[in-house]
Amino acid sequence: MATIKFEQVSKSFGDNTIIKNVDLTIQDGSFTVLVGPSGCGKTTLLRMIAGIGPQSSGRILIDGKDVTEMPPGQRGVAMVFQNYAIYPTMSVAENIEFGLKNNKVPKEERQSIVQEVAKKVGLEQLLHRQPSTLSGGQRQRVALARAMSKNPKVFLMDEPLSNLDAKLRTAMRVELIELHKKLKTTFVYVTHDQVEAMSMADTIILMNEGKIMQEASPEEIYRNPENLFTARFIGSPAMNTVEIAGEGTIGFRPEAVMLEKAGQPDMFAIKGRVSTREMLGKEILYSVKDSRENTYMVSMPSEEDKGCRVNDEVYLNVPAERLYFFDREGYRIGPRQNWLSDFLCRG
Amino acid sequence: MKDGKKWIPYLLVAPAMAGIALFVIYPMVNLVYMSFFKVNQMNPDKNKFVLFDNYTKMFRTSAFQKAMVNTGYYALFSVVIILALALLLSVWLAGRRTKFHSFVQGCAFLPHVISMVSIGLIFQQMMDPDFGIFNAILNALGLPALSWLRSSDTAVGSIVFVNVWKSVGYYTLILIAAIQSIPESIYEAAALDNAGKLKVFFKITLPMISPQIFFVLIVLSIGSFKIFDLISIMTAGGPNNASTSLVYYIYANVFQDFDVGRAAAAGVVLLGLVGVMTVLYFVGLAKKVHYQ
Repeated sequence: MATIKFEQVSKSFGDNTIIKNVDLTIQDGSFTVLVGPSGCGKTTLLRMIAGIGPQSSGRILIDGKDVTEMPPGQRGVAMVFQNYAIYPTMSVAENIEFGLKNNKVPKEERQSIVQEVAKKVGLEQLLHRQPSTLSGGQRQRVALARAMSKNPKVFLMDEPLSNLDAKLRTAMRVELIELHKKLKTTFVYVTHDQVEAMSMADTIILMNEGKIMQEASPEEIYRNPENLFTARFIGSPAMNTVEIAGEGTIGFRPEAVMLEKAGQPDMFAIKGRVSTREMLGKEILYSVKDSRENTYMVSMPSEEDKGCRVNDEVYLNVPAERLYFFDREGYRIGPRQNWLSDFLCRG
Repeated sequence: MKDGKKWIPYLLVAPAMAGIALFVIYPMVNLVYMSFFKVNQMNPDKNKFVLFDNYTKMFRTSAFQKAMVNTGYYALFSVVIILALALLLSVWLAGRRTKFHSFVQGCAFLPHVISMVSIGLIFQQMMDPDFGIFNAILNALGLPALSWLRSSDTAVGSIVFVNVWKSVGYYTLILIAAIQSIPESIYEAAALDNAGKLKVFFKITLPMISPQIFFVLIVLSIGSFKIFDLISIMTAGGPNNASTSLVYYIYANVFQDFDVGRAAAAGVVLLGLVGVMTVLYFVGLAKKVHYQ
């Protein structure tokens, strides 16, 4: 159980400043997901908590205690690495036990902990196996069991699901959510996949170029993006945007569009031609090109499909209340009626 | 595969097998064959079959006994010292990438590119008891001078010293490459598991480079058993056979005593020794080597 606090934390590699003066509080017991494009500094932030890539300046506090000078092994944190970082020369049981041995846990207690965590992640039958004989999913579990055995205050995970196939990834996502519910410790999870972030987090921290773009719950970050970057990053397919020359940007989500043969009165409407149609089962994905070759994505439930085909001329109709407005710097602003005049369908 | 075409695989490997038969099997068989003869190099028709005569006589000569003991010394000390130094150096050099470390690595490797003959001659001069720089340094430090290659007590040690100096950089390089191939995240995981430096070395670094250590051990052992060039240049086996080795003994028998049969017998002994040693390594150590 621990709150993690960043105070004016910066990190540079040589002349290259990756993180600049970050202030951040990660709540005790939360499932916080750090998300952002590659190179945005999310892993750097995670490694600073672990102490394996210490900050250049500023303070990090775990449970109110400054851990700047504390070696990684004594911070009460455990980490699951992207490539799992399992010790290849040790059996599964030895892998789980290694940290406990170093912390001088007595043998009997050690064995019972190994049994207990192995049971939790379903590794009981594999304790004597060498890592090289395990599948990707099983290795993942070893890494997880190794982290759990230390009963840490904070769980750090660096893209732990990125090496698994799609099916297993979905299953592990559910298991991690359940694990968090069971353990009730602080989880800090790094991913570049916004779907993963949305599905697991109770708090999402979206980062870009070393800065925090928005910190909010998944609902909030989806419904009320504070800036253009967040609006474009969160949601799949990404938000469509239309630039208003010299003024700013209008955005609308693919799922807010009604794709129809005619423009609806009083709605924001764009005329275009269907360039692709992807039937995905429960939804259909269209990409539509307007006369200036801008591409817009439209997604709609299969049952509401109006049967548009490739090359059909269509209108993208968006209700005014589902539009987002951003100023020239990309910050979210209130509705601007005068921006809409070119797009309103008359007649 | 159809029954009629069973011979095809044999046909395909035949050229390689012919090469091995010609260049490996035939010389080996011929070596053993010759060791049973009193060989007349001028006229092979006068070769005389003597069965084990070459062996029994050879085992009784003090030169051969000394060669055996010395070869054991050379091999044991060269292997132990080179392996230990290479391991220490590689652990020290692998983790850091400053200019100083690169410089040290370059210096350690440099002797490997110099020819053994040059090294032998240079060290022979430096080890000269009267005019050499080594004794000058010992003198300056107030230590007693050594006879180096001139005394039967220090000749073997001096040659081992040069051998270590020449070889350590090369094996260090192999081990550095091995250590650098260990993923950084494993060390980070160990740091999070609160593992101390010694524990990290013995539980992670050492097991993970064990295949390379095993390779170095075998190559180094076989190489040390065959030590010849340094001895030939620096001492010619002297003084009084004090620094001779098995290979030098073979050489001396062929080119000085013209006794090819006895040299062949010594060659068979060397072959047997190296073979037995390699088998022992595999039996004793292969299980401790961790392959990925």
